[in-house]
Amino acid sequence: MEALAPTTRVEHGPSLRQRLAAKGFDAVTLLAVPAAIFSLLLFVYPFAFGFVLSFEPKNGGWLANYQRFFSDSYLYDTIANTLWLSVPVTLLNLLLAVPVSFRVRLMRRQRLLTTILVLPITLGTVLVAEGLLNYLGPQGWFNRTLVTFGILDQPMRLVHNYWGVFASLVITGFPFTFLLTLSYVTGIDPALEQAAATLGASAWQRFLHVYLPLLMPGFAITFCLSFVQAFSVFPSAVLLGEPAGSTRVISIAAYQAAFEEYDYSMASAVAMIMGFVQLAIVVLVLASRGLFYRGPASGAKG
Amino acid sequence: MIRDTTLGAKLWAVAVWSLVGFFVINLLAMIATVVTSSFATRWLGTWLPLGWTTRWYTSAWNEFQLWDVLIVTFQVVGLVVLISGALGVTAAYALARRDFAGKRLLVLLFLLPLLIPPITFGIPLATVLYQTGLAGTFWGVVVANLVPTVPFVILVMIPFIEQIDPKVEAAARVFGANTFKLFIHVLLPLLLPGILAALLLVLVRTIAMFELTFLVAGPTSQTLVVALYYAVFAAGVRAVQSIDAMAVVYMATTLVWLVIALRFVNPTQIVTRAKQQPAH
Repeated sequence: MEALAPTTRVEHGPSLRQRLAAKGFDAVTLLAVPAAIFSLLLFVYPFAFGFVLSFEPKNGGWLANYQRFFSDSYLYDTIANTLWLSVPVTLLNLLLAVPVSFRVRLMRRQRLLTTILVLPITLGTVLVAEGLLNYLGPQGWFNRTLVTFGILDQPMRLVHNYWGVFASLVITGFPFTFLLTLSYVTGIDPALEQAAATLGASAWQRFLHVYLPLLMPGFAITFCLSFVQAFSVFPSAVLLGEPAGSTRVISIAAYQAAFEEYDYSMASAVAMIMGFVQLAIVVLVLASRGLFYRGPASGAKG
Repeated sequence: MIRDTTLGAKLWAVAVWSLVGFFVINLLAMIATVVTSSFATRWLGTWLPLGWTTRWYTSAWNEFQLWDVLIVTFQVVGLVVLISGALGVTAAYALARRDFAGKRLLVLLFLLPLLIPPITFGIPLATVLYQTGLAGTFWGVVVANLVPTVPFVILVMIPFIEQIDPKVEAAARVFGANTFKLFIHVLLPLLLPGILAALLLVLVRTIAMFELTFLVAGPTSQTLVVALYYAVFAAGVRAVQSIDAMAVVYMATTLVWLVIALRFVNPTQIVTRAKQQPAH
């Protein structure tokens, strides 16, 4: 290590190498360089390139792509379509994940449940879309069960519309939201709850006045991560939804611009708008996080 | 832990467990539908198929050239695992052991590709790769898949390296180990469980990575999940059972690795990255 390097030149003042090492730059630090160059070249550069390219449209002035996007309802409606899918799904997933994770945190053997829930995340949206096409279809087991039990007279139409995509986003999104929520909930010191219970707080009061304020920042981050995933829905919106109608999401518009019209400038503009909307929602949610308590709550468990 | 025994609390518990049960049953039934259909001779308007057969697997194998697709998939995944391991572990070592100006910025640089969804950065990335002529080739797919996996390895490995006592390395130096010997005989054995866990997670994620591969793959560089997408997209051209057979092949390739990965990592790690590390 550098600490063991000879320091014979100290009388002439520290060498450049020693001064850099004191600030943490030495041969070991250089190990981070390849990965940093890689990320700059393949993540930052494409983003910057796409940003610049979006202002160099095929024809028209430098803002022509954005003008076209916001004047063509077939294009700007995609923002509303995507939000109309992703915001309710994210809220529903979070709303379901909170009580479930409060229950699961009491379990000793969580592993089986977490393993089952990891399945849809690892299998990915394409497989979930393909499975749901059969399962939720008019002849599928889901509709068949509902009709057999007399809950429905006619099979419901659940695929090739809004609800198909909604279902696929719940199947892949709920486990993701749940596992994130669980890690936040188990991170809170149970002694806080016990103290509240000793003082006579009911379960609902303990949740509302002890857990909820402590968990709000974690929920905000969970919401952001789940929302960003849902907002970028692509394969299931094409396979399970109506890609020309109610589930024409913004990623479909970007894909069509790039690979059907071969207008990379327009595609970059749509991708930038997509990134901007995601960023706007995330900033909005995280900014409201400042209204809640921030401080230590984890006790011994980190 | 506090246990509530009131009637309301019990009803609430029942409600929550029914919710979990409903979700898990639907999830498993969805997977069972795909598997059942892939073995069905004819399945229309009944609870179960009229007969059972395995011929869809042979037809899927031939129609979709699954052998070629599987070879490409494993080549891509293998290279992604190796390269992201080499780049990621070294960078994680530097970030775990040194404190330097701009470290937070560097960590942010590695965090962003994991937070931003692949389709958002995939389109500009694909544009750049098409301009350099890399897109459509085998290496284009590898490079695109490395963008989220290198940061993933880094962020999983940083806490793992931090918990290894630097004195162990200093001791090895005192006894005259050079950097290479230090790495082979001291660091690698200590880091192996963490590297293995991180790389298995990369493997599972890369097999299932649809968006990036889809945006840059050419006809000969498709991975299994992209081939599956095209098959479902063009449904009607092939028999449904044939596509389902392909989906089962895809599930099998993913799940084998998931089962292996779960022997080494906590399932929650697949989502929450480096929250809890196995203590070795």
